[in-house]
Amino acid sequence: MSESIIRIAYLVAAVLFIFGLKGLTHPKTAVRGNLMGATGMLIAVVAVLVSREIVSYGQLAIGLGAGVVLGSLLAVKIQMTAMPQLVAVFNGFGGIASALVAAASYESIRGGTPFVEVLAADPSDTLAATTSVSVAAAGLVGAVTFTGSLVAFSKLQELIKGKPRWVPSGRVVNGALLAAAVALAVIMVVNPSTTVFWAMIAVAAALGLSLVLPIGGADMPVVIALLNSYSGLAAAAAGFVLQNTALIISGSLVGSSGLILTMIMCKAMNRSLANVLFGGVGGGAKVEGPSADEVYAGKIKSTSSEEVGMMLESASRVVIVPGYGMAVAQAQHAVRDLMNLLQERGTEVEFAIHPVAGRMPGHMNVLLAESDVPYDHLKEMEVANPTFPQTDVAIVIGANDVVNPDAREVPDSPIAGMPIIEVDKARTVVVIKRSLSPGFAGVPNPLFAADNTMMLFGHGKEAILDIVGALKED
Amino acid sequence: MPVEVLILLISVFVLAIFVGFEVITKIPPTLHTPLMSGSNAISGITIVGALTAAGSDWGTLSVVLGVVAVTFATTNVVGGFMVTHRMLSMFRKS
Repeated sequence: MSESIIRIAYLVAAVLFIFGLKGLTHPKTAVRGNLMGATGMLIAVVAVLVSREIVSYGQLAIGLGAGVVLGSLLAVKIQMTAMPQLVAVFNGFGGIASALVAAASYESIRGGTPFVEVLAADPSDTLAATTSVSVAAAGLVGAVTFTGSLVAFSKLQELIKGKPRWVPSGRVVNGALLAAAVALAVIMVVNPSTTVFWAMIAVAAALGLSLVLPIGGADMPVVIALLNSYSGLAAAAAGFVLQNTALIISGSLVGSSGLILTMIMCKAMNRSLANVLFGGVGGGAKVEGPSADEVYAGKIKSTSSEEVGMMLESASRVVIVPGYGMAVAQAQHAVRDLMNLLQERGTEVEFAIHPVAGRMPGHMNVLLAESDVPYDHLKEMEVANPTFPQTDVAIVIGANDVVNPDAREVPDSPIAGMPIIEVDKARTVVVIKRSLSPGFAGVPNPLFAADNTMMLFGHGKEAILDIVGALKED
Repeated sequence: MPVEVLILLISVFVLAIFVGFEVITKIPPTLHTPLMSGSNAISGITIVGALTAAGSDWGTLSVVLGVVAVTFATTNVVGGFMVTHRMLSMFRKS
């Protein structure tokens, strides 16, 4: 098929990707948007399959078949709570695929001559260098994305201890590895060599490990978003290698998407990206400030599910604030039952969701949607906060640092300046928690000791079921 | 790669980044997880490059690297779009 038609097909695919992402601006159009994206991908794949560049098909079937089976199995089997792990794995796969594409191009023998020799033997074409730069970029970013994502996966799956393994020389090691990778990239641009390329890949792979290993579990949403961005940039770089606009457009769309999410996450934690990547909260920094005993002593009021049930009976507005602990306790279905029961009694129920609740952006929303909580009941932090003074009961389940008023009131707190969900402004706050143990930031939470707070100690799911039971009894 | 081509490709890259920022800043937080898995599937577009390499006459090593890349990229694309669909289907209005 003619080259022009194939290029037009790539353009159509890119347009479909943009419309697909645009569809994601509303839950109503999102399913259609995703299907448009998938259609775009199908068009791009068919276009390349019928192009003249493909000379033999047998081996393609192996890769395509294996990928279809593995991909669909993962997509169907995965639990929604494990979505962050799956996205981490897919980021890694995208990254390694781009790196391998660059490698295949660099190692290629075209018309009997190795491609590197073509690049090296053409000093007149100074822009042979740009091909080498693209190969180096795709290889470097792709390899970092791959190993970084594998570490992120292992941490989320708790194969590696989630807490930071603070190596004092972490920054030095990262800097040295990055410098070495860039130096090798420069060498292979000046003097094309596949050996240097593979050495650079090895260094980049090590860099991916050393970058993500020291980062704590609480910072994983940022890391996944950033790796998401990298996987897009690697694809764009591979697009420069192959001079393929479909790859460049799609790669840069994903690159900017990941970057935006990264910035949103950082803002929600009031931290710079550098601070997340190179240590900070939970990264071994000594936590100053009052001890848990000073904050809590004599001020904690414990309550029972019956008492909470009675409070909810007379409440006209209830806001539920979920954190990752809700997912760990698998309490989302019980929470949905509580919402339904309260709504039947005429109580207004909403959910207030902090941007970094869960293990990835929007994770809580997906878990609640899976439990049949309608999305119009899920409110963003900025929308929910002004409503707390009119809220009778705020129920915090499995969240801690994101409702800590110290972030607002104590300027030298490790979490100072972090935007929080202002449950403390509700008339009554019920915190469902196993114990008074601190969250990821490692600081005590004065909310638990506040006059309007009641602690309901226990397992999240059982506590909610008990409340539902208490409400049903009368 | 002639200079004109390079400049054209860079133009496409820069403009696409702007389009990306415009579109993606409008996506509500409630859909950020499907956005990540869906955009992740789109970054699997590298499958096009992988297929080119795997089906080429570039020599055995390149073809093998290409086939491995096709496997990874296909998993990424198929799994990404499917799991995004699965998630989005769960969102409903009251």
